[in-house]
Amino acid sequence: MPPKSPNGEVRQLSSSSETTTPVVDLEREQMLEAIKLSLGDVFVDSHLKPGDDLWIRVRTDSWLGSVQKLRDHHSFDYFGFLSAIDWMPSPYGRGEDDPTEPAPVRDTTIRSGYAGGDTRMQVFIRLVNSKTHLGITVKVDVADSSPSVESLITIFAGANWHERETHEMFGIDFVGHNDLRNMYLPVDFEGHPLRKDFPLLARMVKPWPGIVDVEPLPGGDEEDSAEVKASAQSKDSDAS
Amino acid sequence: MTMLGDRQQLSYIASQAADARLNLELETEGMTLNIGPQHPATHGTLRIIARLDGEQVVWAEPACGYMHRGYEKLTEVRTFPQVTTLVNRIDWLGSFANEVPFILAAEKLMGVEAPTRAQYIRTILFELSRIANVSLFLGDLGVQLGAITPVFLAFRDREYVLNLIESATGGRFHPNFDRIGGLKDDLPAGWIDETRAVMKKLRSFCDQIEDLLFGNEIFQSRTRGIGVIPRDVALQYGLSGANLRASGVDWDLRRDQTLPMVWDKADWKVWTHPDGDSFARCWVRLQETRESTKIVDQLLGAIPSGPVMAKVPKIIKVPEGEAWVSTENPLGEMGYYVVSRGDLGPFRVKIRSASFNNISITPWLLRGVYVPDIVTILASLYFILGDIDR
Repeated sequence: MPPKSPNGEVRQLSSSSETTTPVVDLEREQMLEAIKLSLGDVFVDSHLKPGDDLWIRVRTDSWLGSVQKLRDHHSFDYFGFLSAIDWMPSPYGRGEDDPTEPAPVRDTTIRSGYAGGDTRMQVFIRLVNSKTHLGITVKVDVADSSPSVESLITIFAGANWHERETHEMFGIDFVGHNDLRNMYLPVDFEGHPLRKDFPLLARMVKPWPGIVDVEPLPGGDEEDSAEVKASAQSKDSDAS
Repeated sequence: MTMLGDRQQLSYIASQAADARLNLELETEGMTLNIGPQHPATHGTLRIIARLDGEQVVWAEPACGYMHRGYEKLTEVRTFPQVTTLVNRIDWLGSFANEVPFILAAEKLMGVEAPTRAQYIRTILFELSRIANVSLFLGDLGVQLGAITPVFLAFRDREYVLNLIESATGGRFHPNFDRIGGLKDDLPAGWIDETRAVMKKLRSFCDQIEDLLFGNEIFQSRTRGIGVIPRDVALQYGLSGANLRASGVDWDLRRDQTLPMVWDKADWKVWTHPDGDSFARCWVRLQETRESTKIVDQLLGAIPSGPVMAKVPKIIKVPEGEAWVSTENPLGEMGYYVVSRGDLGPFRVKIRSASFNNISITPWLLRGVYVPDIVTILASLYFILGDIDR
């Protein structure tokens, strides 16, 4: 269970406490230092897992500029993907609530992941250096009130579809992208499905069969079916 | 590389201007050609809208979404072991290969590593699904260009591989065999010898296809110089797999990445081609199938004994963290960005599928080509619809 944060503040996974593993990753550390130096005050935070991966976070107002710098000065010339993440835990849990009972109250405190974050939603991009094959994940905060960020299509043409998809799924606006049509959903679709407060309707209209494994026998009284339900629930959690 | 945006824009403006001039001078109109959603060249339901000027494409764009299943949302309401059932169905011709990167990402977060025997079997099944996938491509390629014979050969020989996958995993198309910490089961008796025999058959299938198709003059004239993707464009669009290597980028995630898999235990070669045209893409895939059979052959003889499952708790809770794992799947780089919150299920899974990136280049690539070449180019890019829409 995620620990609760006081005052509903955005809590960050501190980058220093987790990098104390004895493994040293000189290549990535040097890369990180160089990036820090060239990005200057645009650079906000970073997280390095030695021998695994590197995460950095940049300021929202210079998203395009910093990605361009990463491409031009640090040879991150391969565009992996662009997507977003909604850090607010879903108020619907895993959609296994019994619709006949009142909905339980869930903790929806926002906690950001690696390299921190101050907003509910973040856009992130995966870039790879095609020579050294080292990759980097770059994150950027998007404002809660009007989620928008600069578009990257001028420097990575491949970002086009990824931004369209992210716009459709998260409702994040990409300034400079003039063709943010829906890719998958009908034009008149309302809402942004991958936002955490968008319920998965398939789990809302009908109770998830995992709640009750065995259907109550016809004629069985209330107590019996409740018992079956309880045992099925515990069985289910064991099996999973 | 900054030139591309300008170049693209310029060519677009030029094509628009040409279109307008045409309309004025000749009083002709451009024509809109609709390809699909049902078309044999699309491996599923992709619709391509092409605006034509005579026989030339002025503007073309694929319309996706006919097969969007929302897997990224669905993973959020499932437990980690349940997710493999979903991701199996992304690239349905090479299902086992889809499970592997997700399982590896979960294992990375948990700090678990599969036993060596499981790693060997995983790698072998991974390569078998590549062979099953790409052999269908090689056969299908002929059909797109009007040659019927290769597809029968392909379906016949793919069946041998599918039988192997079925006898090992229980599922022909959707094995769902990979588990966090290892594999569901060990190999059945006699499987190794059977696989050796099938690999021999597959190698002769590759030779046959090479003779039938790649040496064919019509095939060469229809694919050589058609749909050229330069190296920098390929990198910008994030193409991967054979499409990238056919543009001269020597990059194979099986070789250039350290993963708990055993590709490095076999001796094989990464093929590249400098041309970047349709022929190069097809040729690289053919060579890759051969290399895959070699990898399988070598690994079969080296499978160590031991368990196939590491000790993992019965109820799998993945510790908090973020992990990105991608592997070189039959279609290209397939990766999962998994965010866990220490819960039974993932908090967010971003599925980076190869075909999505590979096909996003088509509006750029199809501009200016002739109508019959649309099919050739799409066939050579090789995509699976489930892999685009997810």
